[in-house]
Amino acid sequence: MTVTPHTRYLASRYDVVIVGAGPAGMAAAVAARERGAERILLVDREADPGGILLQCIHAGFGLHVFDEEITGPEYAGRYLEQVLEHDVDILTDAYVMDVSPDLRVKLMSPDIGVSTVDAGAVVLAMGARERTRGAIRIPGDRPSGVYTAGLAQKMVNLDGYLPGRRAAILGSGDIGLIMARRLALEGVEVVGVFELLPYASGLTRNIVQCLHDLDIPLHLSTTVAAIHGRDRLERITVAPVDDERQPQLDAGWDLDVDTLLLSIGLIPDAELARTLGVQMDGVTGGPIVDGCMETTRPGVFAAGNVVHINDLADWVSQEAVVAGDAAAASVTGAQRPRQDVRIVPGDNVAYVVPHTVASDGTHTLSFRVRRPITGPTLLRLGDVHRRKLRAAVPAEMVTVKVGPKLLEEVRDDVLRIDAVPAEEVAT
Amino acid sequence: MTGPHVRDVVIVGGGVVGVTLARQLARYHLDVLLLERDAEVGFGVSKANSGIIHSGMHADPDTLKGQLEWPGNVGWLELRDDLGFGFAQVGELLVALSEEEFPTLDALEAQGERKGVPGMTRWDQATIRAHQPNLSREVLAAVWAPTAGVINPYEAVLLIAESAAHNGVEVATDEPLTAIDPPADDPGAPLVLHTPQRRIATRFVVNAAGLFADEVARMAGVGTFTITGRKGEEYLLDRRLAGLVTSIIFPCPTATSKGTLITPTFDGTIMVGPTAEATDDKLDTATTPDGAAQVFAAARRLVPTIDERDVIAEFAGVRAVADTEDFVLGPTARRGFVNAAGIQSPGLTAAPAIADHLVAALASEGLELRERDDFVPEVEHPVRFSVLPDEEQAELAARDPRFARLVCRCELVTEAEITDAIDRGARTLDGLKFRTRAGMGRCQGGFCTWHCLELLAERRGCALTDLTKRGGDSWLIRDRDDAPPTPVEVGERR
Repeated sequence: MTVTPHTRYLASRYDVVIVGAGPAGMAAAVAARERGAERILLVDREADPGGILLQCIHAGFGLHVFDEEITGPEYAGRYLEQVLEHDVDILTDAYVMDVSPDLRVKLMSPDIGVSTVDAGAVVLAMGARERTRGAIRIPGDRPSGVYTAGLAQKMVNLDGYLPGRRAAILGSGDIGLIMARRLALEGVEVVGVFELLPYASGLTRNIVQCLHDLDIPLHLSTTVAAIHGRDRLERITVAPVDDERQPQLDAGWDLDVDTLLLSIGLIPDAELARTLGVQMDGVTGGPIVDGCMETTRPGVFAAGNVVHINDLADWVSQEAVVAGDAAAASVTGAQRPRQDVRIVPGDNVAYVVPHTVASDGTHTLSFRVRRPITGPTLLRLGDVHRRKLRAAVPAEMVTVKVGPKLLEEVRDDVLRIDAVPAEEVAT
Repeated sequence: MTGPHVRDVVIVGGGVVGVTLARQLARYHLDVLLLERDAEVGFGVSKANSGIIHSGMHADPDTLKGQLEWPGNVGWLELRDDLGFGFAQVGELLVALSEEEFPTLDALEAQGERKGVPGMTRWDQATIRAHQPNLSREVLAAVWAPTAGVINPYEAVLLIAESAAHNGVEVATDEPLTAIDPPADDPGAPLVLHTPQRRIATRFVVNAAGLFADEVARMAGVGTFTITGRKGEEYLLDRRLAGLVTSIIFPCPTATSKGTLITPTFDGTIMVGPTAEATDDKLDTATTPDGAAQVFAAARRLVPTIDERDVIAEFAGVRAVADTEDFVLGPTARRGFVNAAGIQSPGLTAAPAIADHLVAALASEGLELRERDDFVPEVEHPVRFSVLPDEEQAELAARDPRFARLVCRCELVTEAEITDAIDRGARTLDGLKFRTRAGMGRCQGGFCTWHCLELLAERRGCALTDLTKRGGDSWLIRDRDDAPPTPVEVGERR
């Protein structure tokens, strides 16, 4: 991507303003336009649209949306083409300072200074941020050389620098796995990936392709118990953890590394949602949404990782299509579907998105299990539907499509989702 | 020999005491050099502490600590007005959790009154609840002292040093003192100091070397005291908890420490700590699981809802404790060699008064003080975009596009503030962070670090690979080419 057509003059009113031009924001923009919204503004804080896709130079994107496997930048490029074809105003290098309850969006960018536009609807598509050392409180010194995996990914893939010579990775999230492979290919010695939990947090395909194929060891139920180094990182202490996930220091060992990458999870970057006062889901860290991906504040929609952390960019985009479509519908005066079914997480389900749906529509429910079930799993949707899954692990989001036929049976009621080992139920 | 040039005063150590003294000396016709071993001033003890300007009631008036605490508190107001660093008098609440602690409240209140601290009052439970509803129901009574404040200590040190430099003080960083020549036969001869960079002759040396002041005193042949480290761990909580307490909450003190405090920092986050652990290693700023457990257990006694899970950052600092347990200030047996050592709590509070005390000591030792008429007390106050009213933000953004480009979105720091900080002397990532708060927020630099590095490299005209976190060997990134990629054999898919 070289030149981005860039809006220098803003209209005073837009049908839909979309915050964030990653896989969610771009998909929402296209969907909103296709549903008939006339004026759409897509805002991003970086110089180029695309979000984190731009630094994801590995393949694995697009299988669901474009039916072929492409890289992150290619995925972003394809969406950007569509966005441009759909005559969407793009404002990059810009920051959304505030969205008022009556949907006045206050923006700031070097080209326009501080400016306010009125929005018929707003789609929040800010994505996620990485959890940091502070969030998991690793004791020890505070030297240089401790980076989040995403920051390391940016410095390596976009800027051509390396974070160090010998690296360990804490957390088996997908970004960490992908960075383990990237660093190894770049000539950085990767001594291992350490995972607090007894199972990996990343996708199986990444465990295989990023670790196994490169002989990088994965240590489960093991964590970084201390960081050593006055100036630059010199050493880490790693240790197995007990059932309470507390490090057993007497069984620990030291590793000489100058680099530690943290891949310890993503958090929805939902501060704007919080300042808007929408209701939040304590488990996902994102806003509560209905089947149209509308938050509890009318006219404010949300999609993608700002709502809940997805495994794939494709799913983010698919979810954003729902949000963009509904946002456009809301400004073109279409009848709002009544959200008459409440979805609640039941046995071994951590959360479900969306939180309510309309019984006369078709919806994709996305959820994660709490505990891994490695064998056959029974997925129960209330009393109205049962399905077998091969397995269900927290690392892999489960999606299930539900339609009016099923939902009508729980109209004005609650649909509880359980995911339990199949054999337990059989007996 | 570099020639006959003899300085008037060399200050060893660019912590809060060193820079504050340097700025006071800059008011006179004097040739002053400040030597700092780290990459930037304030990177030692002054960087990592609770950031509190004490009310004035805490220290025993029979000690130097007690005599300089309250005048120091007053001195900070003037410094703040001149220089514009973050400092707000939010007041402190010294609380009693049992009736056994009531005598401590009485004693400290009486001590404060004796020292002239104004405005102290006793609060009952209802008053405490009305002002600080999140405090534990176990808090029975408290002394309210409105004169206490919260400060950004690193920002203050950097701006005081900047003001000193503006007024003619040479501030040399990355320049450790390595030796002091023994006294010459001529008692009037200058002291001769050595650094890796040069040989320096000076009439006076002020030893403000913090944790290493005992070593510097030994270099001068007057090692009359020792400094031991007492580590304190601090934990910063997410900005979301702003308002949990609105004043500094103190438990009743123990023999070695003022206890675990809950502090609403100037920047709106909540900080809990510190611990007080003796450490043999003066550079040991590691945080520990025990320290965290101790801090949170103590903090929850004061505010029960405080939760470890809200921590966004943690750090530890080491107090420089002299074996006398008091400040070690003033002339020594070595002519021209003056100590400013053992600056533990309330050292930050007392710093302006310590500087005045030292100026008087230097004068009585023969330093001639001729006041300059061109001393400029103010520096241009750094802009804090995030706290400006909307109209002012819009005006700045319209005038200078760099104000309209956000670098750190957690703390709302603009590119203009970053470049200004670099132009004011920020050389390291930490130096930039301490000046602007970029990277101090909830994402801890995940998003802005790279942008900060690019701006640092661009404005300082260096390569990205030359930049460090805080000087020394704290390098950040390396070139791809300095170790060619090794061919990796890709194994079979399993």
